[in-house]
Amino acid sequence: DTKPQFHRITSPPHSKTLLFGRPPRYPRSDLRIFLSQLQGHGLPSSPTFNPTSTRLWLEEEQVAVKRNRSRNKLLPRERIDRLLDPGSSFLELSQLAGHELYDEPLPSAGIITGIGPVHGRLCMFVANDPTVKGGTYYPITVKKHLRAQEIAGSMQSTIGGAFLPKQADVFPDKDNFGRIFYNQAVMSAEGIPQIALVLGSCTAGGAYIPAMADESVMVKGNGTIFLAGPPLVKAATGEEVSAEDLGGATVHCKTSGVSDYFAQDELHGLAIGRNIIKNMHSAGNQGMINGLQNIISDYKEPLYDVKELRSIAPTDLKQPFDIRSVIARIVDGSEFDEFKKLYGTTLVTGFARILGQPVGILGNNGILFNESALKGAHFIELCTQRNIPLVFLQNITGFMVGSKSEANGIAKSGAKMVMAVSCAKVPKVTVIVGGSFGAGNYAMCGRAYSPNFLFFWPNARISVMGGPQAAGVLSQIEKGNMKKQGIQWTKEEEEKFKAKVVEAYDKESSAYYSTARLWDDGIIDPADTRNIVGLCLSASMNRAPETTKYGVFRIRNEMTANVVENDTCL
Amino acid sequence: FSASPPRKSNRRIEKILVANRGEIACRITRTAKRLGIRTVAVYSDADTHSLHVKSADEAVRIGPPPARSSYLNASSIIEAAIRTGAQAIHPGYGFLSESAEFAQLCEDEGFTFIGPPASAIRDMGDKSASKRIMGAAGVPLVPGYHGEEQDIDLMKSEADKIGYPILIKPTHGGGGKGMRIVQSPNEFVDSFLGAQREAAASFGINTILLEKYITQPRHIEVQVFGDKHGNILHLYERDCSVQRRHQKIIEEAPAPNVLNDFRSHVGHAAVSAAKVEHPVTEMIIGQDLVEWQIRVANGEPLPMNQSQVPLSGHAFEARIYAENVPKGFLPATGVLHHYRPVPISSTVRIETGVEQGDTVSMHYDPMIAKLVVWGENRAAALVKLKDCLSKFQVAGLPTNIKFLSRLANHQAFENGEVETHFIEHFRDDLFFDPSNPELAQEAHNTATFSAFMVAACISEKEHRSLKERPPGGLSVWYAHPPFRVHHRARHTMELEWVNENDSSGSKLLTLSITYQPHGNYHIETGESNSPGLEVQVTQLGDRDFRVEADGVSMDVSLAVFFKDRNKHIHIWHGSHHHCFKQKMGLELSDDDETQHKPTFDTASHPPGTMVAPMAGLVVKVLVKNGTKVEEGQPILVLEAMKMEHVVKAPTAGCIHGLQVAAGQQVSDSSVLFHVKDE
Repeated sequence: DTKPQFHRITSPPHSKTLLFGRPPRYPRSDLRIFLSQLQGHGLPSSPTFNPTSTRLWLEEEQVAVKRNRSRNKLLPRERIDRLLDPGSSFLELSQLAGHELYDEPLPSAGIITGIGPVHGRLCMFVANDPTVKGGTYYPITVKKHLRAQEIAGSMQSTIGGAFLPKQADVFPDKDNFGRIFYNQAVMSAEGIPQIALVLGSCTAGGAYIPAMADESVMVKGNGTIFLAGPPLVKAATGEEVSAEDLGGATVHCKTSGVSDYFAQDELHGLAIGRNIIKNMHSAGNQGMINGLQNIISDYKEPLYDVKELRSIAPTDLKQPFDIRSVIARIVDGSEFDEFKKLYGTTLVTGFARILGQPVGILGNNGILFNESALKGAHFIELCTQRNIPLVFLQNITGFMVGSKSEANGIAKSGAKMVMAVSCAKVPKVTVIVGGSFGAGNYAMCGRAYSPNFLFFWPNARISVMGGPQAAGVLSQIEKGNMKKQGIQWTKEEEEKFKAKVVEAYDKESSAYYSTARLWDDGIIDPADTRNIVGLCLSASMNRAPETTKYGVFRIRNEMTANVVENDTCL
Repeated sequence: FSASPPRKSNRRIEKILVANRGEIACRITRTAKRLGIRTVAVYSDADTHSLHVKSADEAVRIGPPPARSSYLNASSIIEAAIRTGAQAIHPGYGFLSESAEFAQLCEDEGFTFIGPPASAIRDMGDKSASKRIMGAAGVPLVPGYHGEEQDIDLMKSEADKIGYPILIKPTHGGGGKGMRIVQSPNEFVDSFLGAQREAAASFGINTILLEKYITQPRHIEVQVFGDKHGNILHLYERDCSVQRRHQKIIEEAPAPNVLNDFRSHVGHAAVSAAKVEHPVTEMIIGQDLVEWQIRVANGEPLPMNQSQVPLSGHAFEARIYAENVPKGFLPATGVLHHYRPVPISSTVRIETGVEQGDTVSMHYDPMIAKLVVWGENRAAALVKLKDCLSKFQVAGLPTNIKFLSRLANHQAFENGEVETHFIEHFRDDLFFDPSNPELAQEAHNTATFSAFMVAACISEKEHRSLKERPPGGLSVWYAHPPFRVHHRARHTMELEWVNENDSSGSKLLTLSITYQPHGNYHIETGESNSPGLEVQVTQLGDRDFRVEADGVSMDVSLAVFFKDRNKHIHIWHGSHHHCFKQKMGLELSDDDETQHKPTFDTASHPPGTMVAPMAGLVVKVLVKNGTKVEEGQPILVLEAMKMEHVVKAPTAGCIHGLQVAAGQQVSDSSVLFHVKDE
């Protein structure tokens, strides 16, 4: 009979032996049985703690562990070990939660929680165990999850990381489960970063955990997020769809934008998770452990020659070029951790360092679409919350126009990004490396958005719209006016009118025209971009941090009457 | 022997220009420094930061990397000597040391040439001439042809006379360059022309001599030394038989299994002055021959007579090269990420021209060092040689150290049965045969044991650096062993064993390391039935550890460096050296569909349909209907929003239904073309 017998441990007798001699001995055999109960899944065996000799795993659990391995998945404690700094301690909580609580065993309540450091930051880990009842949330599971959140909240400097597996059953205590999301929202508002690694399936309520995290990673093939799984979908709508197509990493990283990082496999996903925490800068946020130490003095130079920026600078603004070729030449070690790489691809966002200082970079890779604008707003929010300075690399012709785009609410999405840029109270540095036209200039932190510094490359151009476009618009208006007056415009006259407009636009949009009027802080040699941006960041950081407060983000899909429609302002 | 240059003063040499590089230049500089003589180094662009440049008092750039434009460029070197005011030029060995013209030029320009006079070099350097001289002196010679007439037909008939196999050799130069063994007459022409070409490229002179190829010869050199007063000494012989690619790799002095009668006979028969700086000779006579050279150049007589020349003990020299032994000793290039030769002492000498961090380039001889050891007798010296080879640490590029070690451990070598085909002869013993399952298993076992050591040492090192600099200042979270609630911390380490002998034998080893109380490590492999090992590590220095495993403790050295996004870990313990790779960072490339590819709605169209991503103007159409296209091939260019957008083929196939033309306006989501499978 291995049923544990709990001994009430009385306080030891106050005696000289305790102070000067050997401490009194306690019967250890019972304690060993007690401790053997702790051998849950993924606990390493060791010469003194062999789970197989003291307690046989239940057959059901063995099968589950085997299945887990066959899917190239690690057990939750192994996942945590891979996320933790090598050689660091881990304070696991409530290992015996759920012990003999239900008719069936529920080791550690099916969820591992605990505190440990990642890149020198203390994090609260919340890891679901799919080998225990398929990862189902029992009431005690919810309680353990909530307690982890409570501790994380009280520590102020902690991250709730959630690994999400199957969460299929809706269980009785609904209010409690809902509280997890409530806490996520409140903690996010308090500036506690929350990262979700989706290494299994997150169904129904579970789907909100990654969806409400600040950043989330999904593993191809293994991770899924959906409100209803394929069987329920088939029952509800008759649609037959695979789990991967319904809510796999590709769908959520590329199309829906629910997730931000696409991982090829579990180890890749865990490595991305560590990277996210590395990039999580909280300089100036008072009471933060890392504080201002987060500026590295022995940074690496880019792998590519900065002088090549002179030839990368586009002279024909019509030709698209990859802004990453600029980023690769201005950031330390050419290391750029790209955020939402597969989503809204015409805006490139990500974390890097410039002269050792952490930055969030936004660069244009084409027209701003709905998704790109939403992505930009999300990224700016992340940076402002963590007090990471923003660097804008403008090469923007504007937001997408047209009926489809308008129907998708481009004005709403664009407004969201403009709102985020306007309210961001972190240092902002803008470099116009190509074109800067229309509302794109606004969303990418043009002069009116008070960047701390704004520079032009010599090839750059800035105007409300391109010369030919303006000529087209103005000639149509002029033609209309003339028609009203009964005057017929010849083709030649029209062309002449257009040419004049184009010429004027060309002249006025040049970087030299701009800098002469102090619309910027200077024209710079592209090869100096790295050094100049680095110095500007240092100069801008030399002040107390401010908290960013946003106005109302319009998120509803219907157009409201007061949206300012302006045809010419793209 | 005395050539008196016109401008030379009678002052003693105070400054020497060393017209050489690498370990030779360093060696000469070292002696010069000891004598209070200042030195000038010369260097090519490839050697700007080399050790020989740093160790000299002054250094002058003489040209681009190719030796012809730098170390063989006599006028640049003379100019450097004039600029720096050197009175003497030491040519070292190789390069210009065998150029009579250069010696003559030095003398003409008024510099003391430290080496034999031009006339002697001319005779020596021209192997045909020296053979003639030796023949005249009654030295027994290998049958051959040493004539000046170089006509190919004549040479071929001479070859027939001598009889095959034949050795073709350039008359000038050395180092095995241009040498060819010809087994039969029909190979003769190709080999002859090849040898001529190589000789011309390497030495500038393409005359060739022929010799009967001796199948089991020994290569024995006799060191002789002369001064300007007509005194000549011989400094005993050395054996340089063990060669690969016709280059010496192990030298020893005196030669093993040689009768004393033979020694004195050969010694006395040797006539002309020869190359010096053979450390093994220096070791057995206890003299610095570079010093002798300088004193002779100063006009002093030799410091001793023949009967005073001591002969003490036995010396070995092993030449450590950057080379790929399994691939036929091909020279290797690369960065010396880790370089720690054995410590020098009165009985161990290291002649080296490189430092850790240097690059071994393709431009010159890939020699890393000459390891020279001395012992009371041959057996004692050999024990020392083996020990030094196992402790000689080089990492970052392949070397012949392991091979030299196997050579030194071979029974025939221990018996002194050396000959020039030694390596060829004992090929099966000296080269690792990866197809032998027993050997492969043994190699795998020792590698696994090394991996255990690596895992323990790396963990200990990590712990130590965390303790010194805890990330985020959270020292309590980086305790040793790391704390776990009710279990022990464990981590996994993946090490890829780089099998030097068999690149296909490299294997990923997954190790699981459990932190034990009291700081020990329990290490296991993922393989079932392999027992774990309890290891205790004490870190002695940055790279040195004392490791106790299974009751035996030993010294372990580790070298860790980064190369090609991999962490390379080398380990030395006992006579073992292994290399492991660890992947760093993320090497996974996510799909490359992230650039300039707006999402568009093709769901309502059959597969292969391409719709306009946005409303715009067609600027260019690049293909025609019916064209076969690759996936991602540009089909047409659309201009919208002031930018050009390239519309690419969604799949490979044939283009159909392409109706748009340049200048045409298209609306958003209108069908542009279809791609159909063949």
